[in-house]
Amino acid sequence: MAPSRRKPLALRLFLYGFIIVWFIAAAFPFAWTLWGSFKVELDFFSINNWTDALTGPRTEAVHGGAFTGAGYRGAWIQEEFWRSVLNTGLVCIFVVCTSLTIGTLGGYALSRSNYKYVFWLLITALIFRAIPQITLVSGYLPVFFDWNVWGFLPTAIIVLVAINQPFTLWMLHSFFESIPKELDESAKVDGCTQFQAFRQVIIPVMWPGVITTGLFSFLLAYNDFAVTTMVLAEQNRTMVPAIAAFLGTTQTEGNVMFAVAAVVSATAPLFVLVMFFQRQIVSGLTAGAVKG
Amino acid sequence: MKHRTFFWSFLPTALAMLFFIAFPIASVVLQSVFVPHEAVFTESENCGPFGCKKITTVDLEATEDLRAEKPWGRFSGLEIYKDRGHLAFTEVSEAWKSSESFGAFFSELGNLPFYRAMAFTLVYTFTVTPSLIVLGFIIALAVNSLHARLKGLMIFFSLLPMIVTPLIGSLILFWMIDSRGILGSALQWLSGDPDLSLKASTPLMWISLIVYGIWHSAPFAFVVFYAGLQTVPQDTLESAQIDGASRWEQVRYVVIPHLMPLVSFVALIQLMDNFRVFEPIVGFNAEAHATSLSWIIYNDLGGETRQLSAAATTSVLTIIGVAILLSPVLVRTWRDFKGRT
Repeated sequence: MAPSRRKPLALRLFLYGFIIVWFIAAAFPFAWTLWGSFKVELDFFSINNWTDALTGPRTEAVHGGAFTGAGYRGAWIQEEFWRSVLNTGLVCIFVVCTSLTIGTLGGYALSRSNYKYVFWLLITALIFRAIPQITLVSGYLPVFFDWNVWGFLPTAIIVLVAINQPFTLWMLHSFFESIPKELDESAKVDGCTQFQAFRQVIIPVMWPGVITTGLFSFLLAYNDFAVTTMVLAEQNRTMVPAIAAFLGTTQTEGNVMFAVAAVVSATAPLFVLVMFFQRQIVSGLTAGAVKG
Repeated sequence: MKHRTFFWSFLPTALAMLFFIAFPIASVVLQSVFVPHEAVFTESENCGPFGCKKITTVDLEATEDLRAEKPWGRFSGLEIYKDRGHLAFTEVSEAWKSSESFGAFFSELGNLPFYRAMAFTLVYTFTVTPSLIVLGFIIALAVNSLHARLKGLMIFFSLLPMIVTPLIGSLILFWMIDSRGILGSALQWLSGDPDLSLKASTPLMWISLIVYGIWHSAPFAFVVFYAGLQTVPQDTLESAQIDGASRWEQVRYVVIPHLMPLVSFVALIQLMDNFRVFEPIVGFNAEAHATSLSWIIYNDLGGETRQLSAAATTSVLTIIGVAILLSPVLVRTWRDFKGRT
């Protein structure tokens, strides 16, 4: 908006106040949990005084310092959270690579074809995108039990790739639409086949869109709870179902701090991701909106 | 592009969606009209010196045979749909007959698991979606008026609640609103009631879940609206200023109409996502106060018993719900498509 008139003081105060409130609402929970994860449970969940979580008198009494890594040690070593971290890493890498490979081919084909079925395929993808994932899981389980593929990482990877496809297709389709068709048409006039045109003309310019889509595939795989908790066996759990399992088992044993430490560990990579890819995430979120 | 090339490029993704989305939906529908076979019992008489006893034993072989012969189970039609755990026709009609007012009828319905979940899912979807659109819009307006350097910082922090895993985000908030957590203590202090616990009260739990939902999704609306604000036509805005429009009138008659397509986009995405609300209920440990359709499916599938038919039936009902929710959008897209060709 062109600032041709200065905003009145009251409006400016209101806007700044609002920004500060929202900033606190968005950032404070993470800062608080990060700080608290280095305390003992009686400080983080303090009965007599909330300032205990800041100063940590009981942490000092038990561990001799205001901070302790006991929660992290318990989660990572005692409860073997590192296994889940490893599993999440594997799942994310394979899901992103596979869904980008087949999604790029499919999205490119959709954007370069002007037959009627393209519309129907896109609508089908939209409907598939709307269906809650957990409803599909009840369709998978009997088959997975029958074929003895329940519980393994590859199963979860394939399922996540498939669930990811509708979204990936929509995003890459609208991205390829924004690359001028003349580019590969002219390559075809010069004697390239469709595939050669794709490889030599489109692939060099498609990376920004592919990276943005890849980020969202990564987030879907990383954040998934419905599928991974139902499809993976206990020893193959990824981070999110592992944290959910912590709540069941360790809360009763008084080890809530293990879960707090695990939650902080799982949030850290997302922090780094937003820091480096903020621009891509924002452009990805708005890509669909500007198109649609 | 030739049909042939299209076919081969699209095949992998089509197969993935066919096998892991379309077939499961079909299988869910089938499972919901079949129930597992009961074990086959044989009765035999066991006679000893002290008289005869009738013994029923499970005929393992016959049971296996039956299962192998009809792997889907016993056809039951819409039986599961009508039972107490789902649409509960008998219970609903009884409640209708016996209760004197609508209030009493609805509180009777609240005791049936499916209707209880439906009530929360709908309330959640239709309170969170409009609130997050309004909140996202105000944040976008406010951030847009900031200095350029602060904008980037605000966008970074605003993205966090949305990017973070829903289960983890809800746990972080849940630990804060715990009666021994910082927000829980603050609320106790504000209300002057030292025993106040959000976990113990149904309305407070619903409010917490809704607040979580808004916190989680408002950034999405914010980012989309913020991008839209950058493309507001400056000429229109200036002519409105010259015509003497106040700040509010500029927003009301220039900015909001410009953003309207984005509002419907955000509403569509958020209706779909909020209807599947599930993780916050697990994270908030709220199932005693609030359940959702997705949570019922999760609950039926998990645990030792794995009630596949019950879960499948709820799944079908949920998919029907999504279809009803989406139908206006689909009808409109269809009309647009008809109009173009």
